[in-house]
Amino acid sequence: MERIRQNKSIKSLIHSVTKNYAIIFVVIVTYILFTIICRLVLGNNAFNRPENTFNMLRQMAIVSVLAAGEFFVIISGMIDLSVASTLALSSIFYAMVVKAGGITFLPLAIVVALMAGLVVGLINGVIIAKFYIPPFITTLGMMLIVRGCVYLITNSYPITSLPQGFNYVGRGWLFGLPFPIFIVAAVYAFAILFSEKKKAGRFMFAVGGNEDAAALSGINTKKYKILAYVMCGVIAAISGIIMAGRLDSGHPNAGLNYEFEAIIAVVIGGVSFSGGKGKALGVLFGAFFMTMLLNGMTLISIDSNVQNVIKGIVFILAIGLDVFKNRSKK
Amino acid sequence: MNVDNMIELRNVCKVFPGVKALDNVSFDVERGAIHALLGENGAGKSTLIKIISGVYSIDSGDILYDGKPLNSDSPSKSIELGISTVHQELKMVDMLSVAENIFMGHPIMKGSALGKLINKKEMCEQAQALIDSMGVSINVNDTLGDLSVAKKQIVEICKALNRNAKLIIMDEPSATLTETEIEIMFKVIRKLKEDKLTVIYISHRLEEIFELADRLTVLRDGKSIITDDVSKFDRDKLISYMVGREITSIYPEKSVAKSELLLQVKGLSTKDVLSDINFSLYRGEILGITGLVGSGRSEVLRSVFGADKFDNGEVIVNGEPIKKHSRHTILDAIKCGIGLVPEERKVEGIVPEFTISQNVTLVGINKIIKQTFLNNKLEAEATDAHIKMLHIATPDRHALIKNLSGGNQQKVVLAKWLFVDSDILVFDEPTRGIDVGAKQEIYKILVDLAHQGKAILIVSSEMPEIMGICNRILVMHDGRITGEFSGDDVTQEEIMYASTL
Repeated sequence: MERIRQNKSIKSLIHSVTKNYAIIFVVIVTYILFTIICRLVLGNNAFNRPENTFNMLRQMAIVSVLAAGEFFVIISGMIDLSVASTLALSSIFYAMVVKAGGITFLPLAIVVALMAGLVVGLINGVIIAKFYIPPFITTLGMMLIVRGCVYLITNSYPITSLPQGFNYVGRGWLFGLPFPIFIVAAVYAFAILFSEKKKAGRFMFAVGGNEDAAALSGINTKKYKILAYVMCGVIAAISGIIMAGRLDSGHPNAGLNYEFEAIIAVVIGGVSFSGGKGKALGVLFGAFFMTMLLNGMTLISIDSNVQNVIKGIVFILAIGLDVFKNRSKK
Repeated sequence: MNVDNMIELRNVCKVFPGVKALDNVSFDVERGAIHALLGENGAGKSTLIKIISGVYSIDSGDILYDGKPLNSDSPSKSIELGISTVHQELKMVDMLSVAENIFMGHPIMKGSALGKLINKKEMCEQAQALIDSMGVSINVNDTLGDLSVAKKQIVEICKALNRNAKLIIMDEPSATLTETEIEIMFKVIRKLKEDKLTVIYISHRLEEIFELADRLTVLRDGKSIITDDVSKFDRDKLISYMVGREITSIYPEKSVAKSELLLQVKGLSTKDVLSDINFSLYRGEILGITGLVGSGRSEVLRSVFGADKFDNGEVIVNGEPIKKHSRHTILDAIKCGIGLVPEERKVEGIVPEFTISQNVTLVGINKIIKQTFLNNKLEAEATDAHIKMLHIATPDRHALIKNLSGGNQQKVVLAKWLFVDSDILVFDEPTRGIDVGAKQEIYKILVDLAHQGKAILIVSSEMPEIMGICNRILVMHDGRITGEFSGDDVTQEEIMYASTL
């Protein structure tokens, strides 16, 4: 009897992993594939050596944090195309404050950067929830507006010559690990807890899963839509801070096109593009997959334009698979 | 195959998850006849039509059409084969002209310097000729949206004729028509018969069947019960075939209303639909609202629940208006103990990707929060209690609700409100799309809840249902309450009469 129960729970665990975390298998297969390709093409272990793994973990920080914010918007049944512009806005504010006040102004710089993200998210949310402008249109517009503002504020020049210590958040080490990893861990711990254990998280899934049913259950759907965008904006700002540290500057071009990488990470991580379904942990694996793909392609010297083409194909495939999965069920 | 048959069905079966929609259905439709299809809601008429018109495929059985196996996997293929359907909800474009609608999808073209262009003049002439041959006066240049429903239906028939339809299926065309419009419609249908077309006609109005149809088939619970000439039936015989059982048998003994007044609606009005709706609802009572589609029944429920705006009037719970001086929201209504089980379960009732427990606790989520976090144990206890109480058939509480049958989904939607202990339960078409067995269970639950002291308000189009479980019945027509009856001694005719006042 005990044995049967054990078998059953193992079975249900496997079932749950294959259903929610198919991405884990994709990650493993891609890792093995690049290891083999690197051996064949370069004749070395450039891909699977520990230095490169650390490198990838550091690289993935920005996309994975960005994707965590996008996750909240997508489970609520919407989309945010403005995250990469928000990233740039917060990273230039962050750099500007430190440049003006010195390294002691770092805490203030962080607050200012996060506030910038919050404001962009709030504007997105209010336009979408209160004025019924479709999310795609609103955030596409915001993508241009915010990036335009970034160029206006910086006059298109990067903000450089920053004091020492500024770049720690992007390039530093802590306990023998790249510092950004700790930020990723914190953001994902929050995302998992919030989405699975908090009322607001449950309500976001409900709004994304069936907005009418949510409203008829007394849920203030507008409030949770706005909250999703605000959280997305703030989290995008965190990735902007990491980005500024990594580049050791506030760069107006920072994170160009990263919204696509974030959205791919979310969808390939098993989150339904139509909302209402998905796991934050899956998104983390999705982000790792994206990073691995780009890192591997760079190592075997694939041209960056070709990389863009491949990214586009993966984007359509990832969303296509999600659509196909939903269609075949009907 | 009998050459005189337009279409023959042999042992047709169709199963949907949880429901056997069609169970060995067999009958013939003679060429050039008007063939009526009868049955209660849920008997399988709509499924059958959708199969013949190519929307659904069959699981087993054969369909012979015009002497050959019906080979259609899509509505467009069926239309090509000469099978056209005139739906209750018309599938035409209101913004275009009558002529453009008739030629929708295959316009007449003419060559010109710019390549092929639409020949509007020729289209209008042909469309007008077709309309005129029906003996009705419609100008084909008019915008479709400006026509009455009856005329729109005639345009849809012309559209079918224009595609060389041989078999026209009419799904309750008369449901929303006035008496004079029905006369015009009948004239057109008889004209079709003169032209040797075959018509399958669906209606709930038995008088129409006797007036119009040559033959008829009765469906009940997905089975074909009888097919014969209309002249061999009378009204009572027909009803007994349709119902097939004592109407009362599936209904439990009624609850008894107590004297405590729970809900009062005073002078409820909206600009476009409702005018001066007044009623009271007592503890332990089941109050039914019925009337034709579009009479404003659902609007009353939704206004009471705060889901729709109303312009005048008051909703009073326990002697206090839900909100003084302003319109209440859904949340206000929920806090006053009102719960709505909506009409469109899949669209408005459930969150399909949620588990049973996530759906059950959606309204009362605050009750499963412990130290600011959702608590698995509390959630499990709450869900299991309701699964047991309502006999929800499921492997466990983690099953996704979308995988349950309609009846069990409905129980989960109800459980949402029972979990927060709502005193006033409001149901919009509580048993729509639910099979007979599950219906019976739902009725029992409703009456039990009334016994326990809940007040229940039900909107339903199914008269036997309303008569079977309600203590009192309100009849609506055109946004007004046109009749109030005791649920114990009212006849279907009295309700029917009040609903057309």
